[in-house]
Amino acid sequence: MLEKIIRRTFPGGIHPGDFKNQTKDKPIAPAPLPKEVVLPISQHIGAPAKPVVAKGDKVKKGQMVADAGGFVSAPVHASISGTVIAVEPRPHALGQKVMSIIIQSDGEDAWLDGLLGDCDADALTPVQIREKVQAAGIVGLGGAAFPTHVKLSPPANKPVDSVIINAVECEPFLTCDHRLMLERTSDVVAGLRLIMRALNAKRGYIAVEANKMDAFEKLREAAKPYDDVSMMLMEVKYPQGAELQLIEAVLGKQVPSGALPMEVGACVQNVGTTVAIYDACRYNKPLIERCLTVTGNGAGKPANLLVRLGTPIAGLMELCEASAEVNKLVLGGPMMGIAQSTSDVSVIKGTSGVLLMRSAHDFSDFQPCIRCGRCVEHCPMRLVPSDLSIICEAGRVEEMQASGIMDCKECGSCAYVCPARRPIVHWVKLGKAQLAKLKAKQPAKKPT
Amino acid sequence: MSKLLVSASPHIRSAESISTIMWTVVVALLPAGMLGVYVFGRNALLLIAISVATAAAAEFAIQKLRGRKTTLGDGSAIVTGLLMAYIISPGAPWYVPMVGSLFAIAVAKFAFGGLGMNIWNPALAGRAFVLSGYIIAMTATWIYPSHSQIIGGLKRGGRVLKAESVDATSTTGAPTIVDTTTAATSTIGASSIVDTTSAATPRAAIKDEIKAAQDRDWRGWRSIRQAGSGPRDWLKAIYARNKTSYIDLFIGTRGGCIGETSTILLLLGGLFLIFRRVIAWQIPIFYIGAAALLGWALPIRFPGGAAWFAGDPLFSVMSGGLMLGAFFMATDMVTSPVTRKGMIIFAIGCGVITAAIRSYGGYPEGVNYAILLMNTAVPLIDRYIRPRKYGAAA
Repeated sequence: MLEKIIRRTFPGGIHPGDFKNQTKDKPIAPAPLPKEVVLPISQHIGAPAKPVVAKGDKVKKGQMVADAGGFVSAPVHASISGTVIAVEPRPHALGQKVMSIIIQSDGEDAWLDGLLGDCDADALTPVQIREKVQAAGIVGLGGAAFPTHVKLSPPANKPVDSVIINAVECEPFLTCDHRLMLERTSDVVAGLRLIMRALNAKRGYIAVEANKMDAFEKLREAAKPYDDVSMMLMEVKYPQGAELQLIEAVLGKQVPSGALPMEVGACVQNVGTTVAIYDACRYNKPLIERCLTVTGNGAGKPANLLVRLGTPIAGLMELCEASAEVNKLVLGGPMMGIAQSTSDVSVIKGTSGVLLMRSAHDFSDFQPCIRCGRCVEHCPMRLVPSDLSIICEAGRVEEMQASGIMDCKECGSCAYVCPARRPIVHWVKLGKAQLAKLKAKQPAKKPT
Repeated sequence: MSKLLVSASPHIRSAESISTIMWTVVVALLPAGMLGVYVFGRNALLLIAISVATAAAAEFAIQKLRGRKTTLGDGSAIVTGLLMAYIISPGAPWYVPMVGSLFAIAVAKFAFGGLGMNIWNPALAGRAFVLSGYIIAMTATWIYPSHSQIIGGLKRGGRVLKAESVDATSTTGAPTIVDTTTAATSTIGASSIVDTTSAATPRAAIKDEIKAAQDRDWRGWRSIRQAGSGPRDWLKAIYARNKTSYIDLFIGTRGGCIGETSTILLLLGGLFLIFRRVIAWQIPIFYIGAAALLGWALPIRFPGGAAWFAGDPLFSVMSGGLMLGAFFMATDMVTSPVTRKGMIIFAIGCGVITAAIRSYGGYPEGVNYAILLMNTAVPLIDRYIRPRKYGAAA
């Protein structure tokens, strides 16, 4: 019972309203088959994938249409069966246009012959698990979209002993991970066991925030047979689901600045990713669909949906009866999601939500910093965002590095609490770009 | 679908804004000012009104001249105007708050770039200005009430106190030679229920008396020896003779500036701000703690030696402007550090300087200059006291 009393967390962070009631009781429903999908070759961190199909090619569901462009990369698979009608740049959810493979559905939704199977996942070796994950094109589905097989392949001198399942879902509004935990409870635990095996990790943790007690209880029941899996009940706080904060909250360790979690022997995987890993290992299923939440005060029928990758956002908006007054379309959650200039973008691997906002602000009416210190108190990276905002606003590039700009994960806690409504994240993003430009100009200094 | 707005994340913000913060401070300040008006009379209300109106007009006019949108609605000028009035004597003439507020807004705030850019708390800078400009109006126009009169007045159900502007020249310089047992109650007009003396603030009464005893030189010392008691008893006797009662200090029925007198109302207002998370608890707690500790511990010189640990900490807290300063001025966000650790250092510094001025300085009260001096140190504190970054090398 102790585990229900102790609620772990990290220092800093904020308590925005969670706005999850709109969708948390709605089961995941498969979205209707799209007539056309747009699959960008870059849906992950790392090298873009290379298209292996051309205009006119017939493809089946699950067929690879773009191969990984390197080790830190991921292949892209057809999410419907049909005909490739174009390979051309299209608007991308992260901004700018990206080369995309456009497939028109033949309405049959037929799997590639011989692709699916039902294998004994328990018999897989670590190498086999990694290969299956890599071939399935799985990336982190929490939003960052880092290729998962890379996380599962730490160098020999950096063994991973703790695997943490990120079942926190700290972004307000989003509930698709919550639903996955309830609807695919045992697969989450099985996925965790696979990840632990792939990494030869001794401990597994499932971290759930206290606003999802039903999921916590179900997972605890499912994890009971395994002594090496611990349930972690977390205080409800944003950004608990940020990798570095979750590691600090669960393991009490800090990942050194600029290093990867494997530095402290940790590997964090999102719930959705974990289920995708299970599906890939058990059924050979490539990543062709994902769960996401369509929500917000501009959604007439908010829902948790199982959506094919490449599905046009405009179609989902229609499905969920988007209000005509929607004036902000955000892909992802309200804290870190990206506002779109057009609904002419498609669902990619990292799209965890479609937030439709009415009477939203662009927060252009900000005031000068009044040095209240709220941002300093709430910054989970313990930076001084007030200084950072002033330095970046003024474009003082030479001071940026020292003020820790590269440690900023752009979680937005500072901007959320700022009473002057300063667009701190906006300036930090600009500052990072300016700093990168400056560094590209200067010859790299030799390490001393 | 309407035109889509594009802005960087986050797309939701907390409801708190600069104006909610400032107006909350105004609400928290009001009770103490209302008591000030009740105790000190109509002149106090007039001074508050002039102060707030001048601050608002100055802010409006300056922004008009600079061609900027007015920010009067954010309430920060109102806070400055209120605070300015709260820290002047209730018997001061009308132009004192006017000049003070004008200096606070035009010089202390806008000459440095406006909200967020000022180094010194505007109201305190304004007070420092009028204190040097109108020393008699600022230090010799006290109105001295006591709670028995107030309560008596309440029982009678009528207006109890009438503010009387004091003829400053008739009282300045007097207290050190008057019989100290009656200094606090010596009256200007016997018929008035409001007693006024030049040493009418509790702090000034004590300070004058200690100084007078110190000046009495060896004879005083000999009388202590003859009485067979130590310096501690000597001090205790001074406190006993001159101290305003704790109940008067607590309620606010004592001499002092308009808004600084009521310990209870300032405490309630301050706690309200802490619970609303408008101000950080670290500043008032460490400030008051340090001032009380040093007010008790710091040695008091007397003929032939010094008495340590003989002060009255409760008196230190409730007399003077410490409560108002610690809860409402040292906590000014613009002029205090941004980190919690920095706030603690800042607050302790305020407490140390306040106690030092009170014990050894020429003024009976040190809150004003203590906070101004520590305001000056804030950029330095913020430069060196920084949070330990996540993942910083051990």
